[in-house]
Amino acid sequence: MTKIEEFVKEQADIHGRERNSLMPILQAVVQSERFLSEDAMVAIATELDLSTADVFGTASFYTFLDTVPRGKNIIRVCKTITCHMKGKDAIISTLEDMLKVKLGETTSDGKFSLLQANCLGWCHKGPVMLVNDEIYPEITPEKAVEVVQEYLKKTK
Amino acid sequence: MSKYKVNLKINNIAVSVDEGTTILEAARKLNFNVPTLCNHDDLCVAGNCRVCVVEQKGARLLPASCATPVSEGMEIMTNSMKVRQARKHIVELLLAEHNADCTKCFKNGHCELQEISNEYRIGDHVFIDLVKEKDKVQDISSPSIAKDDSKCIRCQRCVRTCAQLQHVSALAVTHKGNEMRISTFLDKPMNDVVCTNCGQCINRCPTAALTERTYIDQVFDVIYDPNKFVVVQTAPATRVAIGEEFGLEPGTRVTGKMVAALRRLGFDKVLDTDFTADLTIIEEGNELLRRLKEALVDGKDVALPMMTSCSPGWIKFQEHLYPEFLDNLSTCKSPQQMFGPLAKTYYAEKVNKNPADMIVVSIMPCTAKKFEADRPEMRGSGYKDVDFVLTTRELGMMIRQAGIDFNKLDNEGYDSILGESTGAAVIFGTTGGVMEAALRSAYEIVTGREVPFSNLNIKPVRGMEGVKEAAIKIKDVLPEWKFLEGVELRVAIAHGLANAKILMDRVKDGTANFHFIEIMACPSGCIGGGGQPIPTNMEIRKKRAAGIYDEDEHMTLRKSHDNPEVTEIYKSFLHEPLGHRSHDLLHTHYYPRKRH
Repeated sequence: MTKIEEFVKEQADIHGRERNSLMPILQAVVQSERFLSEDAMVAIATELDLSTADVFGTASFYTFLDTVPRGKNIIRVCKTITCHMKGKDAIISTLEDMLKVKLGETTSDGKFSLLQANCLGWCHKGPVMLVNDEIYPEITPEKAVEVVQEYLKKTK
Repeated sequence: MSKYKVNLKINNIAVSVDEGTTILEAARKLNFNVPTLCNHDDLCVAGNCRVCVVEQKGARLLPASCATPVSEGMEIMTNSMKVRQARKHIVELLLAEHNADCTKCFKNGHCELQEISNEYRIGDHVFIDLVKEKDKVQDISSPSIAKDDSKCIRCQRCVRTCAQLQHVSALAVTHKGNEMRISTFLDKPMNDVVCTNCGQCINRCPTAALTERTYIDQVFDVIYDPNKFVVVQTAPATRVAIGEEFGLEPGTRVTGKMVAALRRLGFDKVLDTDFTADLTIIEEGNELLRRLKEALVDGKDVALPMMTSCSPGWIKFQEHLYPEFLDNLSTCKSPQQMFGPLAKTYYAEKVNKNPADMIVVSIMPCTAKKFEADRPEMRGSGYKDVDFVLTTRELGMMIRQAGIDFNKLDNEGYDSILGESTGAAVIFGTTGGVMEAALRSAYEIVTGREVPFSNLNIKPVRGMEGVKEAAIKIKDVLPEWKFLEGVELRVAIAHGLANAKILMDRVKDGTANFHFIEIMACPSGCIGGGGQPIPTNMEIRKKRAAGIYDEDEHMTLRKSHDNPEVTEIYKSFLHEPLGHRSHDLLHTHYYPRKRH
C-alpha cells in the first residue's frame, strides 16, 4: 500500500464508504496534500467503489478541491461582483507583479499559488482575500503585499 | 403501490391518470406531443434540458413536464403563447452552445436537436454564439466511439446510460458553470479510460456528441479495389433491425433484402456470422462439458461457472472489473472473430484466393466489435482476421449512399460456404439466445434426445428480466456421459452490464451456484446493441426480439450441430471440437486490466 492509499483508507474508516462519504474524504486529502493527485483519486475510487470519473467530476466542481499541485500557501482573491467593483483587479495585478506569476499559477519556489474564488460571503467588507484559511477583508494593494510578505517570512 | 386516480385538464381536455404519472406522460396519453431531449424511456428523469416545459395555471414558472408529477385539479397548457416563446428561447440557448454545422455533421437528419429546431423553425442567432469547444479536435482515440464536445448539449443521457444501465461511469459531469462538460477521469482520451465500447451512450445521444467511429469510406475503397476480394459477414441481430433504417417496423425480418443490398453494394461474397455462431455453440458446448467432466470426474480445480465470451463489451468489463474471473470466461472467440480466421484460411483455400488480398468486413449491431477486431491477439490467420466492422446504422448509410431502394429489393440467400446457419445461431441476437442454443445442442449431445421443451423453445431463458435463472435436469444420459446422470444443470443469464454486475457480485460472494452463465453487455442483448438503429427503448427491443424468435421458428434447421457446413468443416478442416486447429484459430485468452 502506498502512503496515499493508506491515508485514504484511514479516512474511509473514519468517514465511511458510502457515496456521501466522498466529500469529507476529498477535503481531508486536500487538507493533507494540498491537492488531489491522480493516485489519490484512484485510491478514493477504489476504496469507495466508485468510478474515477465520478470522483473527478465531484472534485472538479469545487474550486477549493484542486486537482493540480498548488503552492504551500494558496492566495484566493474573491472575483464576484461586489469585490470586483471594489477593486479586486488591482489586488491581483499587484500580487502578480510581486510574486512574478500570472493568475492561476504557482511561484517557482512552490511557496504561493495565486487564484480567484467565487463569493466568500464578505461583500460588505470587500474586496477580500483569503490566504489558506485566513480571511483578509477590505484589502488594498499595499495591505495585500504586507500580508503576503508575512507569509513569505513564515514559509520555509 | 396503490393506484389513486388524479384528475387534471390538459389543453382544456379532462383526463384521469394514475398517481405518479408525469405531466409529459399524461399529455402523450391525450396525443399531445411535447418535445423532449434529456428525457429517455430507459433512463431516470433528469429535467435539465427544459424543452418540455408547459404552462400550469396559477403557477408563476413553467414546470418541466418530464419531471413533474400530475396533481389533482391541475390545468396544463402544452402550447400556450408563453410556452411557445419559452421553448423557442430554450432551443435557441441550446443552439448557442452547440456547434451547429449540420450539413457536415455525421448525424445530419438523425439529430433530435436538429429535429426540434426544425419544428420551431429557429432562424436568427438571437443569443451570442458560445461554442467554446468548436476548435477542439474530436476525441477519436477509441476505435469504437468518437466524442465531440462541441456538439454536446449536456443533457446527460450518456452519463445516466453509463451509470444506470452499464454500471461503468466512464463518463461523468465535470467542472461547473460555463466550464461544465461531460468528460472522463482527468479529461483523458476515451481509449485510456474504463470504457467498454458498448456504445449505449451513442444510442441515446440526441446530437452527434457521441457517435461511432465510422469506416464506411475505407470499406467502399476496398470494394472498388479490383485487387481485393471482399467478403462480408452479418451478425444475427442486424437482420431484424436494419429495416428500421428504411422506415420499417422494428423487428421486421429483412434478412433476404439485406443480403440482396450487400450484393448490390459490391461485396464479392455475402456470408453469415450465424455460421460461426453455430460453430461457437459446438466449441463452447464441448468446452462446458469438458469443464464439467474435469470438475465432476477428474476432481480438477476448474473454473466454474463458465461464462460466455460472445460480447466484447462484457469481455472488457470483466477484464476491468472482475479480472479474478477471467479463467471462467469461455476461451471461445466471439462468432465475428471465429469467422475472420476461418475466412482467411479454410475459406480462402476453398475459393482459391490469397488471404493477403482478402478483406473481411462485418456488419454488427455493436460498436465494441470494432475494438474487438483491433485486439492484437485477433490475428489467428496471420493477417488481421476482421478488417473492418460497420454498425447496422453504417450499413443503412451505405445502402442509401449507393442509391439502393432497400424496401423494393427481392429476397436473396447467402453465398456458400460459410453462409449456412440454423435457428440456434439466429437467437444469439437476443438475451438468453446463446444459452438456449447451447442447451439445445449440449442436452442432445449428452442424452441423445432433444431438449424437453415444446418445439425446442426454452421459454425459461427468454424474456427481458435483468437476471434470469433456470435449471434443467439431465436424465437417461448416453453411456459416455454417465457422470452427468441426474445432474441439475443450473444456468443464469444477464443483459446490460449493471445486471451483469448484480450477477457477478453474487458469483463473487458465493451466493450463486451456477454451471453456465450467459452475459451480454447491452440491454436485451445484441438486438439492443450500441450499433443498432436509433431510437431504442424496451418496446422496440421487444419487437426486435420477437423478430429473432420468429426467424428461428422459420428455419428448417434449429440446432447448431445440425448445420451441415459445421459438420463439413469438422470433417475436412478442424477435425474435432477443441482440437489443435480450433485452439489456434477459434480460441483466445484475456488480459486483466486496471479497475481505474
